[in-house]
Amino acid sequence: MTDSPKLATEGLCKTYPAGGGQEEVTAVQGVDLRVGAGEFVSLVGPSGCGKSTLFGMLAGLVRPSRGRVLLDGTAPASMLGRIGYMPQRDLLMPWRTVLDNTTLGLETAGMSRRDARARARDAFARFGLAGFEDRWPRSLSGGMRQRAALLRTFLAGRDVMLLDEPFGALDALTRQVMQAWLLEVWESDRKTIVFVTHDVDEAVLLSDTVHVMSGRPGTIRMSLDVDLPRPRTLEVAASGRFRDLRDRILAPLRDEAMAQAGLS
Amino acid sequence: MSGEIAVAASSPVDPATPGAAGGGARLRRIVRATLPPVVFSVLFLTAWELYCRWRDVSESALPPPSSVARALADNRSLLADNAWVTVQEILLGLALAVVVGVGLGALIRSSAVVERALYPWLVVSQLVPIPAIAPVFVIWFGFDMRPKVLVVALVSFFPIVVNTVDGLRAADPELIDLLRTLGATRRRIFRVARLPAALPFVFSGLKVATAFSVIGAVFGEWVGASEGLGYLVLILNNQTDTAGVFAVVTLLAVIGIGMFALVSLAERLLLPWYHAPRREGGA
Ligand SMILES: Nc1ncnc2c1ncn2[C@@H]1O[C@H](COP(=O)(O)OP(=O)(O)OP(=O)(O)O)[C@@H](O)[C@H]1O
Ligand SMILES: [Mg+2]
Repeated sequence: MTDSPKLATEGLCKTYPAGGGQEEVTAVQGVDLRVGAGEFVSLVGPSGCGKSTLFGMLAGLVRPSRGRVLLDGTAPASMLGRIGYMPQRDLLMPWRTVLDNTTLGLETAGMSRRDARARARDAFARFGLAGFEDRWPRSLSGGMRQRAALLRTFLAGRDVMLLDEPFGALDALTRQVMQAWLLEVWESDRKTIVFVTHDVDEAVLLSDTVHVMSGRPGTIRMSLDVDLPRPRTLEVAASGRFRDLRDRILAPLRDEAMAQAGLS
Repeated sequence: MSGEIAVAASSPVDPATPGAAGGGARLRRIVRATLPPVVFSVLFLTAWELYCRWRDVSESALPPPSSVARALADNRSLLADNAWVTVQEILLGLALAVVVGVGLGALIRSSAVVERALYPWLVVSQLVPIPAIAPVFVIWFGFDMRPKVLVVALVSFFPIVVNTVDGLRAADPELIDLLRTLGATRRRIFRVARLPAALPFVFSGLKVATAFSVIGAVFGEWVGASEGLGYLVLILNNQTDTAGVFAVVTLLAVIGIGMFALVSLAERLLLPWYHAPRREGGA
């Protein structure tokens, strides 16, 4: 019991039933994950390999066809409301100010709007959003919207957070700024994070462990511990060790891409 | 104009100061917006006036604008008293339509069974001819304001319900999922996401409803009324006082435009986010 990981899955499978002229799709097959408390874990894999489906099951939105999700060693009746989830799109509500978007989790947990606002305000500077509290989300840049969505997820106060390609839609430069910033934020409060990305460099830079998924049906094809020293900065990407790790992740991914293209 | 928005959007700390140039631009914008309708109206009324004079059209067939204006001026207190009655009926009827319309919309969206059961009846409610149902309302409620308010509500609630139902479907399903992962209940999801997403639709329905409501009030006053602009139209028609009828129609048009402006203003005040500039607007 003492050694049970923060978040784990046992033989997790998802098959979407046939319907609407579509054949049944097995999106995820037999995934066993173990994520320790305070770990940063990344999932990389080809498009459509079932990463979002896996997140859906972890968050309690998608019912597994087989297998189960364990939180602190036990399987709760429902995962809804137990872990933080940041979907691929920022989903900020246009009818709430940036501040009131970030308090969503606190208010849902029953905190009064006044207290929730005070708590959120204190965090705005750290998330690079100071001065934007009372703006409508529409007027923010992509990077700032993403930071607001992250702040909303952080403020919900769960120990475990699932981040689905949070920087996927950003330009390369903004993306690097955000990576450096996320490293800093994570170092300071060490939440357990499961992170989905297409970007292998991003995965190596941020993670303790990188899991490489195979094409559909999604399984974990390879897991790699990233033994780069922490705290890390963007400079680590220049090291030989970094390039070595990146190449070891790219090899199976390239195989997958070749197989998908029918070139193997 | 779009340039101004871009500047305002990217400098939150020092909000764009409305300088002299800004004031001038604002004036120019107002002029550009009001000039076309004013010019067109003047041309149209002048043509009408000249046509009536040159062809010597009889006053009872088509009164010239000058006669209509005189009828308005001569009967101003009579017109004002009756207009006030009609305005009250419209306001109360619209308020009732909003309450019933949004309530029914929420009820319909609450379950597929309810939706299937109620929707045909909504359509039926709009097929009932008003002249047929208005006397029945009078039998039920008597000769006071209630039957007229009810007619106004009957013709106005339909666009509100239909738009509310569509609006309650408009919330992003992924946003609903996000709220569920935060542990939100169905009721909270409704209050936090579905209802706010529906409000712009509700206002669209309400704008359509204002046009119907004026006609509804006039129809309502054609049965069992002793005051109001609809009642006045009946009397003036009997006296073949066409200029008087046109004066009432003018007043009804003003009321309709006023109602529409009122709803638009309420929308701007209640949904400031809906009219806020988009960042892309500056590009
Ligand atoms: N609700 C659903 N019903 C049926 N099939 C689905 C459903 N959701 C996903 N799928 C299918 O399951 C597979 C995995 O989809 P998923 O979105 O989990 O992949 P992903 O790895 O997140 O892709 P991406 O990298 O593009 O975000 C896809 O083939 C998709 O078409
Ligand atoms: Mg995905």
